Amino acid sequence: MPHADYLIIGSSHAALSALHTLRMHDAEGTLTMVTRDATLPYSPTVLPYVVSGRSSPERVFLRDDRYFREQNVDFLRGAQVEKVAAERSAVRLADGREIVYGKLLVASGARPVIPAIPGLDRVRFHVLRTLDDALGLRDAASGAQRAVVLGAGLIGMHAAENLAKAGAGVTIIEMQQHVLPGYFDADAAAMIEKTFAANGVRLATGAQVVRVEPGVPGCTVMLDNGDALDCDLLVVGVGVAPVMDFLAGSGVDTDRGVLVDDTMCSSVPNIWAAGDVAQARGFYDGAKTLNGILPDAVEQGRIAGMAMAGDPGVKPYPGGVPLNTYTFFGQHAVSVGAHGDGVAGAEVVRSVDAERGRYLKIVLADNRLLGIFGINVAFDPGVMWELILRRIDLARVRERFLQAPQEAARAVMSQTWR
Amino acid sequence: MQGAYSTIAFDARQCDGCNACMTACAQVKTGSPDVANSRIQIVADDAGFALAMCRQCGDPKCVENCPAAALAKDDATGVIDWDGTKCVDCLLCSVGCAYGGIVHNPLAGHVVKCDMCGGDPACVKACDRGALRYVTTSRIYNEVGQLEDLFVPGLAGCQGCNTELIMRHTLRRIGPDTVLATPPGCIPGMGSVGYNGLTGTKVPVFHPLLTNTASMLAGIKRHYNRLGREVNAVALAGDGGTSDVGFQSLSGAAERGEQILFICVDNEGYMNTGMQRSSCTPYGAWTSTTPVGERGHGKTQDAKNLPVLMMMHNCAYVATASTAFMEDFYAKLDKAIAASKHGFAYLHVYSPCTTGWRFPSQDNIEVARMAVETNFVMLWEFDPGTGLRLTRSVDDPLAVSEYLQAQGKYRHLSPEQVAHIEAGVVKQTAFIKSLERREASVPH
Repeated sequence: MPHADYLIIGSSHAALSALHTLRMHDAEGTLTMVTRDATLPYSPTVLPYVVSGRSSPERVFLRDDRYFREQNVDFLRGAQVEKVAAERSAVRLADGREIVYGKLLVASGARPVIPAIPGLDRVRFHVLRTLDDALGLRDAASGAQRAVVLGAGLIGMHAAENLAKAGAGVTIIEMQQHVLPGYFDADAAAMIEKTFAANGVRLATGAQVVRVEPGVPGCTVMLDNGDALDCDLLVVGVGVAPVMDFLAGSGVDTDRGVLVDDTMCSSVPNIWAAGDVAQARGFYDGAKTLNGILPDAVEQGRIAGMAMAGDPGVKPYPGGVPLNTYTFFGQHAVSVGAHGDGVAGAEVVRSVDAERGRYLKIVLADNRLLGIFGINVAFDPGVMWELILRRIDLARVRERFLQAPQEAARAVMSQTWR
Repeated sequence: MQGAYSTIAFDARQCDGCNACMTACAQVKTGSPDVANSRIQIVADDAGFALAMCRQCGDPKCVENCPAAALAKDDATGVIDWDGTKCVDCLLCSVGCAYGGIVHNPLAGHVVKCDMCGGDPACVKACDRGALRYVTTSRIYNEVGQLEDLFVPGLAGCQGCNTELIMRHTLRRIGPDTVLATPPGCIPGMGSVGYNGLTGTKVPVFHPLLTNTASMLAGIKRHYNRLGREVNAVALAGDGGTSDVGFQSLSGAAERGEQILFICVDNEGYMNTGMQRSSCTPYGAWTSTTPVGERGHGKTQDAKNLPVLMMMHNCAYVATASTAFMEDFYAKLDKAIAASKHGFAYLHVYSPCTTGWRFPSQDNIEVARMAVETNFVMLWEFDPGTGLRLTRSVDDPLAVSEYLQAQGKYRHLSPEQVAHIEAGVVKQTAFIKSLERREASVPH
């Protein structure tokens, strides 16, 4: 039976980051990476750009075969994991093969959540998580006349923009009161919504789909407000959920994701998890949460790889900070950190210039940065992330920071961690 | 990644915020001098000026964060290259960068970052304040990294030992066609002569007495000459074995013009045997035989200037060197080996000793650098044709007191003792510079 000192399930950012740090410390140990994808590794984040045609699908791969050869990695594509038998440290693949591991990293990512909407199972709809999904949606988008997008998260918003640019009439349906909930507040969301409206995208917020019915050529989407939307293309982007069904019965503690400690280790000592599948400590309240964002996947993968290799340089996970960047119709929105809701002493400083489409919100508590959110305002998100993680006292530069956060933060950076 | 890379270094102390670097960068990259478009950003802070710019990280997070494979570190140059045909303008790279080194630029319509101008950075050329330097030292390390280390791994030097660095780099540079003499001292003590019948080198090595190193090595070299075989005959000796008890045979070999290279590794005392003073120990220094207490206040005599003494032998080549200036050291090794093919060559390498001089082990190169930058140690070379030439003339030296304060062995010094040392440095500097002016006038 094949044996790997290290077995990694998954091949996207968390998995690749773990592989990189593992090999930094242990160049010799046998390493196998299995992925359900049939292709070389790619990022789910690039898929909207494959749909739009901006990225050509054969040029999105994050590593090539030579890399795996050089790193002495047995890279198994199209290998679906069926079961983890933790008691004997073995993984069974769908084709019946088994791999015995010394240490296992679960970086299997997430898959789209399909909402329980009556009739949805009887119509054709698109999701966007795999390269195949992207190619399917790209092809469908070119002929679409009327499209409906369920969910105003990043996937839904990107899909809506792409479809609008491809000439379709688009309606976005979102249960929450505004778009991109979780990353932006209502004011910032309103600016984004305005841009979408100006580009002909209709938006139904605070609306729920009660039923979907097959139609010709596509389907009809019925809303709780009585509206009925005919469309020839339906995209479902209401969220994702960790892929961890293969852990059932393994003894690995799970909640919404795989519960991990600050070295990304699960409740089973030789099993780690990182990325979208992991439920790790949140930075602000310490509660374990899913923080399904690319930079955090890289960070978690790095820590997991170091911990698995026994690298003495490993430092505990500082806790997940929600952050994201979002480009829409050539504009840029960046969110780093928390809005401070419910935090004692949190103060919010906003400057909004709706005319010029500029928005900046800074949240401080006790002169320490909790979050910073901008639309078309320049600041360095990586520097801000570091300010938050280090809980740096900004009292000395407070006014300057509120006026010109980019410059002030760079000066603090230079004095603190250059 | 392949070895080390050239880099742009910023010295905040020299920066006065003139913005010439930013103007130059913007001009080169956009054709207009608007500093907003510069990829090097100087920001004022209350302490002075700070730099926001791509560090070309060894383990770049921007690359890991890119979902579109648009960023990659170039193995050959170390530069993180941005591929505009793959970039999707998502800005996730900028989330990964904690240095403000990759930033969305509205004019360009995408992120921009420093590309080092292909190895000829415009910002550095524009800086006349000395705040920006293009450091190419990595080239040396890459070159030397290709050379074979001729000592065994795991020599038992003290933590942060400069002498081990000198030994390894010397043999790497001069190569395997070498016979090595290592008289008693730190160099054999840390294992170069070996244990249990095996040597600690990959070249023939022998362990002469302190007194006869130069004469034994001269005999071996003459033997090889007689066989018609060309070898480098090299001694790696401490300052005690060179300037005190070994001096008679050294002086004799130099006078006879023996075709050997004698390298004195000067750590200013007998550090291997318990830190006793030698004739190279500077005035005022604590050693175990120049103790500090009620009556003792460190060494009461000045050090002998051994390299000058050797120069007065009119050797084929004499030079001083420091590990803080490796390019200089390597160049002198090359010249010394070449000279040893026809005459006597002498290299005097200063080797700060973490244990005996009492400073933290990570500060060794800094101490070596300060010695040179205060003129406490002067880097020069001599050959009979051109005379003495300073290879690194320090015209605006740092205060000698800074150098003294960096070492525990001078901690006890009274102001009078510091004044004595300072005066000695001034005198030595004037003396060496007067020799330089005299050019090739050393008596024959």
